[in-house]
Amino acid sequence: MNTIAPSLLRVEGLTKSFGSAQVLQGISFELHKGETLALLGPSGSGKSTCLRCLNFLEKPDGGSVTLENERIGQLPARRGGTRLMTDAELAPQRAELAMVFQGFNLWPHLNVRDNVALGPIRAGGLRKSEAYELAEAMLDKVHLRHKAHDYPERLSGGQQQRVAIARALAQRPKVILFDEPTSALDPELVNEVLGVIKELAEEGRSMILVTHEIAFAREVADRVIFMDGGHIVEQGTAAQVIDCPQAARTRAFLRLVGNAPLPLSA
Amino acid sequence: MQAFLVIVKMLSIGALTALQISVGALAIAVCVGLLLAITRCFVRRRWVQVAIAAWSEWVRNVPALAHLFVLYFGLASAGIRLSPVTAACLGLGMVGAAVLCDVFTAGLRSLHLGQREAALSVGLVPVQVLRFVLLPQMFRVTLPSLGNYASQLVKDTSIASAIAVPEIMFYARHLVTSTFETTAIYLGAILLYAAIVLPLTWLFAHAERRLELSR
Repeated sequence: MNTIAPSLLRVEGLTKSFGSAQVLQGISFELHKGETLALLGPSGSGKSTCLRCLNFLEKPDGGSVTLENERIGQLPARRGGTRLMTDAELAPQRAELAMVFQGFNLWPHLNVRDNVALGPIRAGGLRKSEAYELAEAMLDKVHLRHKAHDYPERLSGGQQQRVAIARALAQRPKVILFDEPTSALDPELVNEVLGVIKELAEEGRSMILVTHEIAFAREVADRVIFMDGGHIVEQGTAAQVIDCPQAARTRAFLRLVGNAPLPLSA
Repeated sequence: MQAFLVIVKMLSIGALTALQISVGALAIAVCVGLLLAITRCFVRRRWVQVAIAAWSEWVRNVPALAHLFVLYFGLASAGIRLSPVTAACLGLGMVGAAVLCDVFTAGLRSLHLGQREAALSVGLVPVQVLRFVLLPQMFRVTLPSLGNYASQLVKDTSIASAIAVPEIMFYARHLVTSTFETTAIYLGAILLYAAIVLPLTWLFAHAERRLELSR
């Protein structure tokens, strides 16, 4: 991917603690337009928290997130410094940073089409007919147009996650955040979801993907960040980080998940 | 025959009043109960939590009859004169608000946190999150309890006869003292309550089934 492209999302010095546990210890990285960035690391390394701090579902303690020169989640305070935005103030910014959750989080009282169209109607200001057209087009992208009138509980996990992806697409976001989108799925359903994500990556969407699917990250990600203990251990192209990791911790992790890199010096 | 018609007529008027109080009290209970439940779930300030919990405990641990007496006789002696029907609506509504506040709070807390997060992340503001995502689900979850409460409420309107609300039991007692048709009159009163409560129960059961089917 073209690394001279202007950065779309800039994250600087993000910190976050839960009680005495410091989960993020100053995370900085950039996402360029059209780029797919994979966030890898062992459980508890802070990658999900980091992702959730980007749209302020989790409020970071320090640092900043900037989307195309717009500061996310923070406003200048009256007495200098900054203050956190309220959920109401955050709403338009969150609409630009769509999120796909590990547990799908579809709304069970709405059918598939309404799940996808709710955001465009209520937050995007679209008319109902326009939103339904958009919803059906997005469902087409995830190959589920024929399920538009079903309720989520009638769908398999893989189908539910694809609906959730259609819902994210219908926001017409600048960035899509994927929080372990296949971790709650039965193994035989993983591929249909990964297939859709791959198609989006090939379309040149800007995406950040937290995942345990190393092989998939290797395949679709332009860049990979490896996190451990709330730090970024190393980052680079997928080939660099996954095939020839420099840091001992990255190598240990990849070996553990069965993606052993070749020995550095043979 | 003449006497029988009078009995039927007066008890029916009483039934209308009972319905009127039920609807009024239910409206107050649902609105206030919902407002308190939402406040309790989303306003984290400690004093707010304590105030709502204290109020709800206080209201529910005093007999409804005592509340009605305070609202009707107590306020009157302080110079605020409420009509018996208004006092009954307010009193029963207040007790109902405390009951439904707990029901709705439990309903809201039973919803998965991800429901709210997903709604926020598509760009809805908190009021929309409630209106379009959380409350519809909460009403589904709490519908059985809401039905129980509504039928309990209809039966509880009988205590309003103690503050001279002209409802079913008020007329029944009145008629008994003037006609001595004790059995017929109280039997009639019972049938009238059943005639209101049974369709109500059926309605809620039907609504539950419908909602069950549409998901």
